[in-house]
Amino acid sequence: MAKEPLSRRSFLNKLWLVLGTVAFAEIIAMVFAFFKPRKPKALTADGDGIIIAGPVDNFEPGTVSAFVRGKFYLARLEDGGFLAMSRTCTHLACTVPWVSKENKFICPCHSSEFDIRGEVANPPAPRALDLYQVRIENNILQVDTARLRKRSRFSAEQVTYPKKS
Amino acid sequence: MKKSWIIELIRSDAKTLNILQRIWLSVFPGSRNAAQDQSDHRKIFRGLLLHFRPRTVPESTLKLSHAWGLGVMAVVLVFLLLITGLLLKFTYSPFPDRAYDSIVYLNNQIPFGQLLRNIHRWSANGLLLVVFLHFLRVFYTGAFVAPRQFNWIIGLALFTAVIFSNFTGYLLPWDQISYWAITISTSMLDYIPGVGSVLKEWILGGAEPGQATLMNFYAIHTAILPTLLLFFLSFHFWRIRKADGLTIPRSPEEDLSVPGEMAETMPHLITREVALALIVLATIVLIAMFFDAPLADKANPGLSPNPTKAPWYFMGIQEMLMHFHPIYALLVIPVLLVFGLLSIPYINYDVSTVGIWFCSHKGRKMALVAMVFSTIATIAAVLFDEFVTTTVSVGPPNVISNGLLPFAIVLLICTGFYWLVKRSFTANKNEAIQALFTLLMTAFVILTLIGTWFRGAGMQLVWGSW
Repeated sequence: MAKEPLSRRSFLNKLWLVLGTVAFAEIIAMVFAFFKPRKPKALTADGDGIIIAGPVDNFEPGTVSAFVRGKFYLARLEDGGFLAMSRTCTHLACTVPWVSKENKFICPCHSSEFDIRGEVANPPAPRALDLYQVRIENNILQVDTARLRKRSRFSAEQVTYPKKS
Repeated sequence: MKKSWIIELIRSDAKTLNILQRIWLSVFPGSRNAAQDQSDHRKIFRGLLLHFRPRTVPESTLKLSHAWGLGVMAVVLVFLLLITGLLLKFTYSPFPDRAYDSIVYLNNQIPFGQLLRNIHRWSANGLLLVVFLHFLRVFYTGAFVAPRQFNWIIGLALFTAVIFSNFTGYLLPWDQISYWAITISTSMLDYIPGVGSVLKEWILGGAEPGQATLMNFYAIHTAILPTLLLFFLSFHFWRIRKADGLTIPRSPEEDLSVPGEMAETMPHLITREVALALIVLATIVLIAMFFDAPLADKANPGLSPNPTKAPWYFMGIQEMLMHFHPIYALLVIPVLLVFGLLSIPYINYDVSTVGIWFCSHKGRKMALVAMVFSTIATIAAVLFDEFVTTTVSVGPPNVISNGLLPFAIVLLICTGFYWLVKRSFTANKNEAIQALFTLLMTAFVILTLIGTWFRGAGMQLVWGSW
C-alpha cells in the first residue's frame, strides 16, 4: 500500500490534536503545582529547625524528656547514649505519651507499645518510632527537627554518645 | 404556517388580558388550561413536574414495599443538607485557631444555631444509612441488569461522594474527635505501598492535619462534592427515565410481562413522594431537637484521646486493620470489594430476576443462611483473633502470618461457601452470587458494629461502649 501524501486537512487535524494534548498536559501540571503540599514553617525562629535541648548532664540515664515545641522525645539510654524520637505513633499517627511508671511509650489510640529505644514492644505498630538527628557540640545537645528519619528497628548506630571527658 | 396559533394566541391575549395576567401566564403557562377547569389547581405545576417525571407510571411501582421510597428519602436529605450547609457557611470559619470557636458561637449565641447544626449532622448520618439501604434494595431486587447497568455504577459514584462529603465534613468542627479521626483515617493511607504517603500528604496539604488540611477539606466539602453530587444525581435520574422508571415488582411465580395498569404521576406518585418527604423532614427535625451533634474539646495535637476511632462508616475498615496486615486491610481487600461491586451488573447471570425480592423463594432462604452464617463466623473470627492469636504474637505485624494467612483463610471460606451453598441448594448463579454478596455485606456490617460499639479504651473488646 502506497503511503498517501499528507493532506493539508489531515495535517491541521493532527496539529490540533498535538496542541490540544500539550494544552491539557499544561493544565494538569498547573493543577498539580497549585495543590502541591507546601513545606510547613520550621519550628525555630531562625528557621533551620535545630532545637537546642541543653547540656548533656541535664539528662539522667534511663529517662525520657518531652519537647513539646519540637514535638519529639529525647531519651537517654542506660548506657548514656541519646535518641531523639518523634512523638507520632507509627501505627496511625496518634501522639504517644511516655509512661514512666511502666518505662514504655504507650499509644492511647490502639495500645501500641514502644520501649525506651522506640522499639516496638507490642503491636499493632509496624515500625520503631521515627528519629531526629542528635548532635552534641561542646557538651550541648542539638536536635535537628527539619528531617525525620524512618527506621524499621532499633540498631546501635542510631544512638549518639557524648564524648568521654 | 405551523406557528400561527401562537401569534393568534398572543393577539387574543393582548386584547383580553391585563399586564399582570399576561406576566402570570408567562411564568405558569400550564394555568391557561387550569383557568377553564378551576377545580384542578395542580395543573399549574404540571408543566414543570412533567419535565422530570413521565406523565404516567406503572401502578405496581407505587407500592411502598417495592422500593421503600429510599431514593426519595435520599434526595430529600441531600436538599436538606444543601440548605442547612449553606446557612452554616455563613457562620463557620475554616481556620484551626477559629474553627472550633465559631462552632461554639453557633451553638450558644446564634438563634437556632445548635438546631441547624444538629439537622445538618443527623441528615448527613441519615443520608449514609438511607443510601446504603437503597444500594441493598437495588441489589436484592435485581435492579442493576441491562438497561440499568451503568446506573449502578453512577449509584456507586454517588455513594462514594456521600461518604467523602461526610468524611470531609467530619474534620470541620476541629475538636478532639474530628482531629484524631481524620489523623488516623488519613494515616491509613501510609500503608499503601508507593503512592500512599504521597496521597496522604496531598490530602492533608502537609505531614499532619493543619491549616492546609482544614482549607482543603472545607473547599472540597462545600464546593466540589456538592457540585459532583448534583451532577451525578441528575445523571442518575436521567438514566432511570431512560430505563422507563423503576423495575416492575413481581413475585417469584410471575413472569416478566406487560406492566399492567398505569397511574397518573400527578397526583398518585407526587402526593406519595411529598408525604414521604414530609415524614423524613419531621423525623430529622425531631431527632435534631432532642439529640445534639457531638462536640468534644478543642483539637489538641499533643494529646490523643483513648480510644481514637475513625468515623463510624470507616470502623469496618479500622476493625479489619486490627486483624489483618495493613496491606491486606487497606489495599487488597478494599480493592477487591470495590472491583466486585463494580462488576456486579456485568456478570452473565443464568436468569432474569428483575423486580423479584431476593431472586426466588430459594434465594430468600439462601440469603438468610448466608446472613446467619456470616454473623456467627465473623463474631467467632474476631473473638478467636482477639483471645487466641494475639496473645502468642509479639512484635510488629508480619505480612505472611498476619496478612496472607488470614486473607487466604477468608478467601477459602468465601469460595467454599459459594460452592457448598450452590450445590446443596442446587441454585443458579443469581442465587449463589446473592448469597455471597449477603455473606460479605453482613460481615462488613458486623465488623462496623463491633468497631463502633464493642471497642473501648485501647481498642480492647468490651461489652457495650455506647
